Parts: sequence; structure tokens; C-alpha cells
Amino acid sequence: MDGLKRGSAAIVGVAESDLGQVAEGMSVIDLMAQGVRRALDDCGLGLKDVDGLFCATAQSRLSVLALAEYLGINPRFLGSTIVGGSSFEYHVAHAMGAIALGLCNVAVIAYGSTQRSVGRKQATVREVNPYETPFRPFMPSSAYALAASRHMHEYATTREQLAAVAVAAREWALLNPAAWEKKPLTIGDVLSARMVSYPFTVRDCCLVTDGGGAIVVTSAGRAKSLRKKPAYVLGCGQSVTHANISSMPDLTVTGALAAGKAAYAMAALGPADVDVVEVYDAFTINTILFLEDLGFCKKGEGGPFVADGRIAPNGSLAVNTNGGGLSYCHPGMYGLFLLIEAVRQLRGECGARQVPGCEVALAHGNGGVLSSQATVILGSEATA
Amino acid sequence: MASQQDSPLTTYLDHLERGELAYQFSPIAGRPVFFPRVLCPFTGSDRLEWRVSKGLGTVHATTVVYPQEGKPYNVALIDCDEGFRLMSRVEDIAPEAVRIGQRVRFRVHRPGGGEALYPVFVPIPVSVPGEGA
Repeated sequence: MDGLKRGSAAIVGVAESDLGQVAEGMSVIDLMAQGVRRALDDCGLGLKDVDGLFCATAQSRLSVLALAEYLGINPRFLGSTIVGGSSFEYHVAHAMGAIALGLCNVAVIAYGSTQRSVGRKQATVREVNPYETPFRPFMPSSAYALAASRHMHEYATTREQLAAVAVAAREWALLNPAAWEKKPLTIGDVLSARMVSYPFTVRDCCLVTDGGGAIVVTSAGRAKSLRKKPAYVLGCGQSVTHANISSMPDLTVTGALAAGKAAYAMAALGPADVDVVEVYDAFTINTILFLEDLGFCKKGEGGPFVADGRIAPNGSLAVNTNGGGLSYCHPGMYGLFLLIEAVRQLRGECGARQVPGCEVALAHGNGGVLSSQATVILGSEATA
Repeated sequence: MASQQDSPLTTYLDHLERGELAYQFSPIAGRPVFFPRVLCPFTGSDRLEWRVSKGLGTVHATTVVYPQEGKPYNVALIDCDEGFRLMSRVEDIAPEAVRIGQRVRFRVHRPGGGEALYPVFVPIPVSVPGEGA
């Protein structure tokens, strides 16, 4: 992004809150606060150091006020941009800008959701769109299904190739002790599961879990003195192409193309430099679309690209190494977890799923119905 | 910008009541606009003209929704011949038989119960050479 200086800020602390099905009565702010405490402990900072506060959730109308109150702090800088699951990738860029301008020095970005405990209908206010709602699309699944139908039509992408995305995610999840799904999954399992919105079965769709977390962003200068190896923000890029699926300019080309281009330009890196890729896999088509639009394969070749285990453990490209929204956790706005996993991979903290020699990680958030796209490229000390 | 006498939605629904699928046209951009609104998204101008579609279009994308209860149904994006796209569904054939590229014709759906009218589409029969129309 123009105006942001490559490597001038770093993510220094990351943590998940409780995940999966959380204790009865936990609020989304409880989960954010858990994440904040753990993320601060991760880097050795305290609440007194936090002077920038960002958060997003579908379940609190004035969430950043609720969180500031809860934490007992009065931060100099607040941000609660909410553009769906990519909100947190936007927050990283906004925090980086605020830090560069001296508006804050230590920014916390938090998320919380109890959608599994309270039910999706309770967790998300459904808006009526007179031009879409009468047709009863099962949102958001049907919007992504429409995009998938177009990709299958134009590029002969198959349901088996979509299923390969879910299978790869599951294989990664089996290496992640924090993942919700614990059992193996086959292509056949995906294809024969309950149909939700053609071509998607329930196994092509993200999980419905509770969860949250937080990350801590500070200046590169301050990052060096903290507990863990900093993950420097090398590049950021964003693009909004539409809000409703009927207004998406091209169902097979997402804003990830422009977001990725901007992030690569800022980072002075390209797809070949990326060691680990974390993309928002709300549905199996997402991974295919984003790998294409972010330059890991050509447009239309995402289906064959993901087949044959290429993005699974021991494949040639490490994608969604925590198991993704498909198999690890998906509380509704998953983008924060992409950043958490990218940082852990750069630090070498990922145990059985660790990608060897990880120096550059790409996190790509998606919000709405392929609507808001945001890319963050992170790098180790050697790349900064 | 003058006060709006009728909302874009009201005008659109009034057309549907008359059996018409209405859309807007931006004379400055020279392009159709849908969904109806007060500003042209291509120019920012409030100069938008209402036009009535011939009601012919092509299926651009399609899915079948499988509700937990009740029968599966179609949801589609339709490209109307005038160059605008809208969400709708294709009726009169099985939802899984709807195909991208299929030619379709608009009709008004009247859901009753005080609910607003909305446009649906039905397949246009394709004449097969040697088999008559």
C-alpha cells in the first residue's frame, strides 16, 4: 500500500482465545479479553502498554467501546473497521499507519464469536436486500456456490477438485492439536456429504465454531526488544469489489488480484518468494480462487493445481497449515486466525505442521461474499 | 440534488405491479444500472433513467439450495439482454436442470400474503432443427 513503509511495524504477539465450543455464558468480549491477555503474555507486554485498540465481531454493535471498558483502558487510537472476515487484515494496515504517524505505539487487534453456542441466527443480524432476499439464497454459502458454478463452467473445475481442498485442509488439521476436526476425510466423504448449495456439500463449507483471539502490533524498533521473534509487516493490500454477489463484477476473479498485487509491490516480493500461504477458506472454491488471484497458479488452473495433494502436508505449496476454516476453526470472521498461524509459522512454533525454513508468509483475508479482500505479507528478521 | 419523490425500490416495485421488469440506465456512462439506486455507480451522477427490460436473458450462474426442510430450489444470476445482472430463480424445470447459458424469459412472481412482488424466469423453449418449434 502506498504510504506504508515496508517492515516498519511487526506482529509481536499472537494468541487464540478458547475455541470450538466455549463455556456456557462466555461473551464475545470475554473471548477477546482472553485473546488479549494471552497475546500480551506471548510478547511480554502489559495492558498499560496498549495505546491502540482494534476489534471486530458480528455480535457487538460498539465492540471496541465494550472491549476498552472491559480491559479498563483508554487507548489513544481506536479502530473497528468491519468488512467481514478480512477486517483484521485491514486492521493490520490501519495499525501500521497509526504507528507510523505516532497515533499509537502498541496496537492490539481482537476478535470474538460465540456463534456455535448461541446459533448462527442469533450471532448474525441478517439484513434484508429486496433484490436478493426473496430468492432465499442460503447465505453466505449460495453466493460462493454461484461463483463456483461459474468457475466450473468456464474452466471445467470439478467437484472432486473442490473436495481436494477440503481433504488437504483436513490433513493439516490432523497435525494441529487445536483443530476442531480430529478424523480423516476423503474425497468420497466430501462428495457424499449432505448437499447444502450445489456444488457444495457441508464438507465444502467452513465449520461453525466459537472462538476468538488477538494479535499485538508495534513498531519495528520496539519489536526487537520483545520476547518472541517479530513477524515484520512487509506488504499490505486491499480491494473491495462489491457487497452483494449479484453485483460482483466477475464471479471468477476476486479482489485478491488487486489486493495481492498491492501487497507484493509494497513487499517487493512475488508469489515465488512465499513459503507458507494462509488464505480464507470459507468454502472450497475460495482456496482455488485465491491461489489463482494471488499468482500461485494461472487463472482457471486452480482446480488441477489443488488436486493430487499439492497443497496438503508434504505437498509442494504449504496452504492453510492450521487446517483452515474448513477443519481448524471458523467462528464466522476467520481472518485473524490467518495472521496468527502465519506468525507462528515464521517463528517456527508449529510442531508437526511446521513448514521448514519459513521466512515469508502470506495471509489473505476475505469478507462478505468474496467482497472485501485484504492481503498481508509477513517476513522474518532476515527479510525485513 | 432534488428530494426523491419515490424511492428507487418503490418505482421498481410499481413496474413489477404492472408486469414490467424495470432497470435504470445511465445516459452519461451509456450503461445499464442494477440494482436501482439514486446515484450512478459509474459516474456518481444522479442522472438515471428508468427503462423497461424486454425480459429476456441468459443464466449466468446457478445453484440449488437444499433446505433442512422442504424441497430443493434454484437460485440463479441472470444476465438480461439489456446488459444488467440480477439475482432470481428459474422456474418450471427441476432446479438441478438449470444450466449456465440457458435462455430464459421473465415473469412476475406474486408471493401473496402482503409480500413484495419479485421477478422470476422460465426457460425459453429452444427450437430443435427437424423437430419443429
